[in-house]
Amino acid sequence: MYWRPRVSEISLARAGWLWTLNTAAHTVPFLAAAGLLIAFSPVTLPVALAAVAQAWIIPELYAARGANVVRPRAPSKRPAAEQGALGLLGDLLGHDPRELHARTGLVLEKGAFGAWLVGEAGAILVRPRGRRVHCYCVKATDPNLPSGDRVAHLLLALRTDESGFATVANLAFSGAGWRLRRRLPKRMRPALERAVEAARPRA
Amino acid sequence: MSRLIRMDQTGHTTLAQWNAEDAASVQAAVEAFRAELDQGYFAVVSEGEGHAEQVRELPVDAPLVILRRPIAGG
Repeated sequence: MYWRPRVSEISLARAGWLWTLNTAAHTVPFLAAAGLLIAFSPVTLPVALAAVAQAWIIPELYAARGANVVRPRAPSKRPAAEQGALGLLGDLLGHDPRELHARTGLVLEKGAFGAWLVGEAGAILVRPRGRRVHCYCVKATDPNLPSGDRVAHLLLALRTDESGFATVANLAFSGAGWRLRRRLPKRMRPALERAVEAARPRA
Repeated sequence: MSRLIRMDQTGHTTLAQWNAEDAASVQAAVEAFRAELDQGYFAVVSEGEGHAEQVRELPVDAPLVILRRPIAGG
């Protein structure tokens, strides 16, 4: 993807700030309108509340979009293929990541940009300090792979070239980890907690 | 015994096995390796947790070489 500049620390930080600015541009006008309505006439309270709800819903929708990148896809119709793929994926992982994948469906991988959670068709990057997350849509180009192979494809691509991986992937969400956590399937939340721990610098 | 495997719809398929001291098995593996690269696969050697290297020539000493498809933004 020659037309995209390679992702770096600077571009990641800039993407985070731009995303925050964009979210603020969508929500602050609603909050301001709500405040003005109440200030001018308390009778408009229901409309003001609707504006506040709108300001709350927009970031939640963005977070839901981010959580969707790691939702499991339809399993392969070949159980033997799934087993084989999981065996190969297990060979690529240490004991702890393998156990986490079995519980949550996500693989935790530490990288230079932070801690990654790799799913079947997307990945979450938890930035150092563990507050901000970036959610990426990215997948193997063969749609008929078993789920374990889909994860293994992304994992090997990430290990080979982390910057290239983030460059190819499409950013679906960037924002607070707590907001994403609420939109993740419950089964996957422990993986996010582990990634936040892994991303924080050790004291 | 080293292995060349391809991740595909069956989970994975072993395309070649070779012994570095057996020239015939190495030659067969090299041919299988090149054929898959021509088909658009990428070859990767896993180097333990967190590390992998993409290769364009068959690393004869590697115990496992994995062929994967390219990735794309969703």
